Amino acid sequence: MWIFLATEILFFGGMFTAYIVYRALHLSSFILGSHQLVVKFGAMNTAVLICSSLTMALAIRTAQTGGSKGVVIVWLLLTMALGAAFLGIKLRFEWYRDYMEGLIPGVAWLSGGTHTPGVKMFMCFYFFMTGLHALHMVVGLGILTVLVIMAARDRFSAEYYSPLEISGLYWHFVDIVWIFLFPLLYLIGGRYPGS
Amino acid sequence: MSTAIRDLHDAPAEPAVNYLNASYGIKSWLLTLDHKRIGLLYLASITVMFVVGGVAATLMRMHLVEPQGALFEPETYNKMFSTHGIIMVFFFLVPSIPATLGNFLIPLMIGARDVAFPKLNLMSWYIFITGAALALYGTISGGVDTGWTFYPPYSSLYSETHVVAVALGIFIAGFSSILTGLNFIVTIHKMRAPGMTWFRLPLFIWALYATSLIFVLGTPVIAITVFLLGLERLLHVGIFDPAVGGDPLLFQHMFWFYSHPAVYIMILPGMGVISELVTAFSRKKIFGYSFVAFSSLSIAVISFIVWGHHMFVTGQAIYAGLVFSVLSFLVAIPSAVKVFNWTATLYRGSISYEAPMLYALGFIGLFTIGGLTGLFLASLATDVHLNGTYFIVAHFHYIMVGGAVMAYLGGIHFWWPKISGRMYPDMWARISAAIIFIGFNLTFFPQFMLGYLGMPRRYAVYPAEFQVLNVLSSAGASILGIGYVIPLVYLAWSMRYGPVAGPNPWNAKGLEWTIPSPPPTENFEEVPIVTEEAYNYPAIEAHHYPDAQGVARV
Amino acid sequence: MTEEHHASDYHAPHIVPVSTYVLVFLALMLGTALTTWIAYIDLRAWNTVVALTIAVCKMLLVVLFFMHIKYSKGLTRIVIVGAFFWLGIMITLTCSDELTRHWEIVPEGWSAGALHLFRLLF
Repeated sequence: MWIFLATEILFFGGMFTAYIVYRALHLSSFILGSHQLVVKFGAMNTAVLICSSLTMALAIRTAQTGGSKGVVIVWLLLTMALGAAFLGIKLRFEWYRDYMEGLIPGVAWLSGGTHTPGVKMFMCFYFFMTGLHALHMVVGLGILTVLVIMAARDRFSAEYYSPLEISGLYWHFVDIVWIFLFPLLYLIGGRYPGS
Repeated sequence: MSTAIRDLHDAPAEPAVNYLNASYGIKSWLLTLDHKRIGLLYLASITVMFVVGGVAATLMRMHLVEPQGALFEPETYNKMFSTHGIIMVFFFLVPSIPATLGNFLIPLMIGARDVAFPKLNLMSWYIFITGAALALYGTISGGVDTGWTFYPPYSSLYSETHVVAVALGIFIAGFSSILTGLNFIVTIHKMRAPGMTWFRLPLFIWALYATSLIFVLGTPVIAITVFLLGLERLLHVGIFDPAVGGDPLLFQHMFWFYSHPAVYIMILPGMGVISELVTAFSRKKIFGYSFVAFSSLSIAVISFIVWGHHMFVTGQAIYAGLVFSVLSFLVAIPSAVKVFNWTATLYRGSISYEAPMLYALGFIGLFTIGGLTGLFLASLATDVHLNGTYFIVAHFHYIMVGGAVMAYLGGIHFWWPKISGRMYPDMWARISAAIIFIGFNLTFFPQFMLGYLGMPRRYAVYPAEFQVLNVLSSAGASILGIGYVIPLVYLAWSMRYGPVAGPNPWNAKGLEWTIPSPPPTENFEEVPIVTEEAYNYPAIEAHHYPDAQGVARV
Repeated sequence: MTEEHHASDYHAPHIVPVSTYVLVFLALMLGTALTTWIAYIDLRAWNTVVALTIAVCKMLLVVLFFMHIKYSKGLTRIVIVGAFFWLGIMITLTCSDELTRHWEIVPEGWSAGALHLFRLLF
């Protein structure tokens, strides 16, 4: 799984490379674009994901110490709930709002005012990167579902919990990607008055 | 408890039960977890893709016998060379040796029963088939005309061909490579037999390990690149569109970040095969084992920092060009180390000229030529003249066809007795090796001259003064084509009618030669314990050389 | 079974205490709050530096403790370090082109190039 995560680092890394180049070349547009995003939702989502990483780690630990399958399932379900909350906040409060304001390039874009071509470029990156991340979250939720079923069927014990551990690595990785996406997308150029 | 190398005389001529006949029926093949069968599944698939790509090449060469083009409209010609490139690169060369010979041989060479993740192995074949089917669909329904390099803004904004379908096929096939590479890395780390230390591994394994590192580190980047290209095409957002602030060169950077190491994916396994062939057919251990092993790793590492040499004339910054030029010269060094070591292995060896060895010798010469011409291209000034011409085409075909494909064929012939249990007809094999060598040189050497004289590549028409060389090249191509068809015929024939080969027809060293041919499904009845170094052929220096009076002494 | 092979790769005999997890969690939340808070303070170019530094620290916490790298053997660490290093190669060399396009060919030699670089960065 670590080797697979290495490939994911390069995969997201390609996007980050493109982001870095364009941010360097079009900084003012990126700042303007970043200011179209709502910081509190980004911060909230970051907190949600950090909580979900904690619950995931605790789920693994419960299995590792031979805890009851019920407790393992509770932690897993909490992780899933938090992941779903993340996606819910994204969809309902962020992307829906972006749609209404005409900020989705290629799908619902309204030019003019602050919606410059440079901002359009930024919003591309925003949607591509968070979209790719969200896709990974969905896959993660699927994996967690499988884990819950496995746990319910008594598959895990103190001797055998590697599917949990491996899936945990994946989940934490997805969390880390978001840890970087938050400042890089939401906080470009700062949010102080005059930025 | 287990013995080291089993006494060969006790091995049955052809085992009654082996991996080929252990279970019957199409389901047993399509749901197999046996790495050997998966290797054969890949063999069949990539042979099909090779034929498709080869047909495209044949049509191209037939078209080019006339300066105004003999067969196609320019738009169709563009689709021909794009199809040829895409199919050959992504669906033949990249998987060729790793997925067929690698899958088959790695567990055998390290003394394991299977790879680390057999189910992932099968899944990777299905993923490959899906990607290939999608690419073939894109080709049949009209193809793409962007070249295998898909440069925007043409591919993202202007081309009206099936870019998304083919790009998606490539994206999917990339996962197949990643899983294969992952599998190989873990297998080689974790599943070596007792006593098989890193420095007793056959060099083929080192080469495939290095290749797997490239698979894992490079393929995700092409995945994200074609993903972005697809999004760009579907949503018209302008990431690579200069009119809205995008940069087409960014695509090229990301594309070549993978595609340059990809060419090393294509050649490294071939070099691994050559190490095996040269030692077996000079009956001598490799000269400088650790140098060859580390050169594989160095090539893998350095391959990632030279990609800008594909972009010297596309508008890249001069300073970046300088950096990439210097680094590109560096990457020649480990390749040269290998060529020197193979030559030193041949020196004073007891050389025999079976078909695999003919392929190996051809490889060494042709790869050297291809590699040296790469130096002209690495140097900025000469590259300005030669880039975009047939010189480049000849350069990479010398390495890909004169190198990788010949190594692939040499490997197939060398391990054919192990795979099928039968020997192919030797005379036909040597004849076709010779035909391939002659046809290859006749096809591609004139292209060096054409490129130097200035004929651009990817053009459907050309000035009349280039016709003679083009006709020579096309004539060579037909010979080369015949040379490729003949092995298909006799290899298939040999599976049924060839003489039974026995466990070690070449009397070669290596764990794979200690088990019956074809091997049983579980490979080794008892786990072997390795006690000797690789290529431990008995010393031959004292044999067969005449003394001062010309008397041969034994 | 291959799962056991895989498990032995990183199966830490270490069982991390709950208190460690909770402490790491609190540190991560603190980092998030800090990042958000600092964004509203005028630090010019340093805003980005601080935000990314905190992000890297958060990543290290997750990797070391939640993903158990602190208790893993060297090979696993090499895999991750290697991946980041390779990403670094891609970013650095791509930027070496993208960010130097406007540089003019300076016939005076490397010192002038170094001066350009200095001006670009600061």
